Formats: sequence, C-alpha cells, structure tokens
Amino acid sequence: MHELSIVASLFEILEEKAKEQKAKKVISVKVKVGALSGVVPEFLKTAFDVYKKDTIADEAKLKIEEVPLKVKCQKCGAEIIKDDFVFLCEKCESRELKTLAGTELLLEKIEMEV
Amino acid sequence: MKKKEILVLEELLGSNKKIASEIRKRLEEKGILTINLLSSPGAGKTTLLEKIAEKLKPDYKMAVIEGDIETERDAERIRAKGIPAWQIITGGACHLEAKMVGKLFPEIPTDLDFLFIENVGNLVCPASYDLGENIRCVLLSVPEGDDKPKKYPKAFTTSDCLIISKSDLLPVLPFNLEHAQKEALDVNPQLKIFTTSALEDSGIADLIEFFISSLKKLRQKNA
Repeated sequence: MHELSIVASLFEILEEKAKEQKAKKVISVKVKVGALSGVVPEFLKTAFDVYKKDTIADEAKLKIEEVPLKVKCQKCGAEIIKDDFVFLCEKCESRELKTLAGTELLLEKIEMEV
Repeated sequence: MKKKEILVLEELLGSNKKIASEIRKRLEEKGILTINLLSSPGAGKTTLLEKIAEKLKPDYKMAVIEGDIETERDAERIRAKGIPAWQIITGGACHLEAKMVGKLFPEIPTDLDFLFIENVGNLVCPASYDLGENIRCVLLSVPEGDDKPKKYPKAFTTSDCLIISKSDLLPVLPFNLEHAQKEALDVNPQLKIFTTSALEDSGIADLIEFFISSLKKLRQKNA
C-alpha cells in the first residue's frame, strides 16, 4: 500500500500552499482519484487522517471525488465509461481507445482559514 | 476568521514525474535504454536478469539497479555475473520512486547500453511510479495464475511489455496461456507479450531482440 507515500506528497503541496496563503489552518482538501490511478480511496482517507496529526491540517477533512475510467473510441467516436478496464469499444469492437479520464490523481482544491 | 478556497489542480505524483522525466532525458542523451521490471515477489525477475546478463554481456554493456525492502542479495546475484549492480534497500517501502534512482545517478557509468531497474516485488504500488524508464515490463509467472491482468489492471495498463515467466511449468499447472494473453490484451491492447523460461532458456532471445531494437530506435532518434 503506497497511499501513505501519496499522502506525504499531498502534504508537501498542501503545506507550501498554506504557507503562501498565510493560512491559519486547513479546513478541507479535495482530491480527484481516477479508477485507474492505482490508489484505493478508503486507504487514502485513512493515511490522510494518520498523517494530518500535528500539522496545519490537523482538523482538515479529505474529500475524494472518484473518477471513472472514460475512453473515446478512435474509430466510431463513442465515449464510454469502463467499469471492467477492458479496452474494447462496445459499439464497433475497435481496440483503438483513447483514455479521456480515470488515470488522474489530482489535488484539486484546498479550503483554508486565513 | 475568514475562509478561503484555492484551486490547485496539481498532480499528487507530480514531483516524482518531474524527477523521472529528468532521469529519462539524461539517460537518453547518453544513449542508454532503461527498462523497469515489475512483478509480484518471486515471479522470477532476478533469475530473468541473470539470463539476460549472460546473453548480453559479450556484446553489450548493462547495469542493474535492484530494489528490495531488505537485503543486498539480488545485487550480489547480478554482480556474480560480472555486471555492475546497486541495491536500493527501501526499508519497508513497497515501491521504488524516481528520487531513489536519481540518487544513484552519479555512480551510473555513462557508456552503458542498457540500465535495468528491478522494482520491489509488488504488483500494485510500483505501477504508480515512473522511474524514468523507456520500457516498462511486467512479469506474470505461471504459478501466479492466468487471471491476474484484470485483478491488477494498473500494472498491465501502464506496461509496454508482458513477460509470462516460468513457462516450463505450463505442462504441470492449470495455467491457460491463451486466456492470460487475452486478459492482458483486454486491459492493454498495445502490450507486447513474451513467454519465457529462464530455466529452459526459452523465449529470452526474442525478448533481448526487442530490447536491442528499442535501443537502436532510441539511438536513431538521438542521431
């Protein structure tokens, strides 16, 4: 489980931004987690709650938006949500699919008290 | 008390990605092809590397970076083949990160042809970390079962090549080679698939041929 390493990277960005804004404390953090990001949202939350102790985000809440895998068929143009990770167009059976979303692991926004 | 919300939109692994891109650029400039090997523990990464070393050594220069949670054992096995090897002991971490590879940079000879990185044995976490490689290979050994690609999709979707290892066990285990290949291509239609046995020395020549042609392409791009 590498969620703790990911949370450590999150805090590097978080602390830098909080300092820039001269924040007194961080209220909430919103991240986007793609279905193919390799990260388990539940573990990310647990790791966040462990890591936040004695930091500026001590009382902060982690909000996670789970992003499904979305692909676009390069042959027929269909845009499909994939739950099974099978790279096959259900409409024309082409395997030439372009990933539009679902691999991201993004710190989207921070709410803080200044 | 005043509340403020700021939009960040930064990748959580952005700093790893940045270091990895720098590593890739510097190794490419030197004409070195870098290969990152991923798999579960015990899929045969080190044994495969020993075989590759035997075959490449007469004509090519290679080096290996070994990642493990503990012990220097894998690096010692590679050194016993006369190949330079460095051991990264992660001390508990389940994957290698680009900065760990970056730290070794000053020690890496500049006249190499191939740099292999053997990741920590784990089919989940290493898949999220770019190490600056040109080619990512995932190994799936026959004893693990033919159903792994869909169970661990990230390792397979981010790889360029799949090595089905320990093929000498195919006659004695209920592993359906066609099913494994289909599952892997379902999650990643671009995967190049090799079936190898280090014990019987089969399929490894084709894999090496692929590495050599990739090296040539990289150097043509540089020229």
